[in-house]
Amino acid sequence: MINATLKELSAALAAKKVSAVELTTLFLDRIDRLNPVLNAFVSTDRDKTLAMARATDASGKVGASTTPLAGIPLAHKDIFCTEGWRTSCGSKMLANFVSPYDATVVEKFKAAGMVTLGKLNMDEFAMGSSNETSFFGPVKNPWDTGCVPGGSSGGSAAAVAARLAPAATGTDTGGSIRQPAALCGLTGLKPTYGVVSRYGMIAFASSLDQGGPMAKSAEDCALLLNAMAGFDERDSTSLERPAEDYARNLEQPLAGLRIGLPKEFFGEGMDTDVRAAVDAALAEYRKLGATTVEVALPNSGLSVPAYYVIAPAEASSNLSRFDGVRYGYRAPEYGDLNDMYSKSRAQGFGEEVKRRILIGTYVLSHGYYDAYYLQAQKIRRLIANDFAEAFKQCDVIMGPTAPSVAFRFGEKSADPVQMYLSDIYTIAVNLAGLPGMSIPCGFGAAHSSNPMPVGLQIVGPWFGEAKMLNVAHRFQLATDWHTRMPAGL
Amino acid sequence: MSLTLDDVRRIARLARLEISAAEADKTRDQLNGILSFIEQLQSVDTTGIEPMAHAVDVVQRLRPDVATEPDRRETFQAVAPETEAGLYLVPRVVE
Repeated sequence: MINATLKELSAALAAKKVSAVELTTLFLDRIDRLNPVLNAFVSTDRDKTLAMARATDASGKVGASTTPLAGIPLAHKDIFCTEGWRTSCGSKMLANFVSPYDATVVEKFKAAGMVTLGKLNMDEFAMGSSNETSFFGPVKNPWDTGCVPGGSSGGSAAAVAARLAPAATGTDTGGSIRQPAALCGLTGLKPTYGVVSRYGMIAFASSLDQGGPMAKSAEDCALLLNAMAGFDERDSTSLERPAEDYARNLEQPLAGLRIGLPKEFFGEGMDTDVRAAVDAALAEYRKLGATTVEVALPNSGLSVPAYYVIAPAEASSNLSRFDGVRYGYRAPEYGDLNDMYSKSRAQGFGEEVKRRILIGTYVLSHGYYDAYYLQAQKIRRLIANDFAEAFKQCDVIMGPTAPSVAFRFGEKSADPVQMYLSDIYTIAVNLAGLPGMSIPCGFGAAHSSNPMPVGLQIVGPWFGEAKMLNVAHRFQLATDWHTRMPAGL
Repeated sequence: MSLTLDDVRRIARLARLEISAAEADKTRDQLNGILSFIEQLQSVDTTGIEPMAHAVDVVQRLRPDVATEPDRRETFQAVAPETEAGLYLVPRVVE
């Protein structure tokens, strides 16, 4: 049951082979047993979760064709506000914050009848690529607990990889769904900007943030995205589009598919074990009838520096709301109002968050705005234009998700810029607002004696989610990388 | 260009972040490391390029000017550090 797909769980629930309470209990017991090692969950509440499962069992939603996910447990990244649950965003600043409302995503999954298993650990305010910036301590990678799970949705990735949850929500501002999905051997999808509501999703960089599903397969992600996506008037950048069935094209054959390979993604910087796994995946795609064509993204090398102007600028503005007045941490001792702000923020935020606030404040300050912020926004346009040009020659773009398999704790945490470069292949996608996903495509061994998962990144044109899911699903029908699970769990 | 300790203190003041004397040196070095990394943006010719503020071109929607959210002041104030009689308490700002 712990390895079952969402479709299988849905069928078992509909046939009354298992109840929502039984299924939920199975995962709660695994969390109790394995979370002390992995630190993937930061909040669980057995009573609340089981009450939700009982209500779902009694609701008539289980087995109904409009609610295929009813009765299946799901865990949320602790960036999503969840009414009555602590919502900490991985920070001391919000360590005692019990949300008075639900994020739209949480509300939608509740309406779909899914059962909230708990809240998942993450890099503080989603700023990090290794989960080492969490106030609650790092999440361990289930494939090797000496290695990072990736970030910032590291708790989500580790929980699903270790089968502590059948699926999880994540968010992706510069790679935070795709990179941990790659490092933990999962399938994760960041939708086109504006497809999933940001209401109640604690803001990091509002022009880049996007929520999405993390699960064991593309088919599972399609079902989750069906429940998650949709226009929301409470999010000012939510897109008004007709509802889509993201699973509608899953089975389409891939004959004639044109895969673009950006030459910039296949040069220096990618580890040889990652390269071998990605090349093997591309060979598999050719066997499935696809052709590959070299494309150019000439400005992609500028994506990381441009991102580290734009994202901190937006973050410094977004995080100004944490002032010790309306919610969150307030310093125990202070003088005047400014002193209260400065001390509360200095004590409530961790180092990486403070660094990004300072960078953001600087690039937005008088005299530097044009040179840094405006220039970065112009380069963002160049990067988006490159993608638009490339998609004239191909249907999807592929490459590695991350330059290496999961690295070891401490390996990159001393040098912020080294850490930033672990998102070198994912960040351009956020800047352009495109959908991107990562699927497991093999194993590498550069950083561990254990086999560690490698992720293949699939980038689609704007609103290309159904196509990408089709491309991922056909690969998963032909291979079994996505079914592998860490040993000893 | 690189930041001096005075610059760091000025930025921290703008950001309302207290920085101790002990942290200031390390913070300056790390910020300078990041700034020298983003410095490469300066060498790109972006003449005539329209800045891209957002991933998708959307126009702000308008809605009828009617209340859509109920009054939940008590619930929202329950998570505040200090309130009294429906107000948020902060140190005195007007003598």
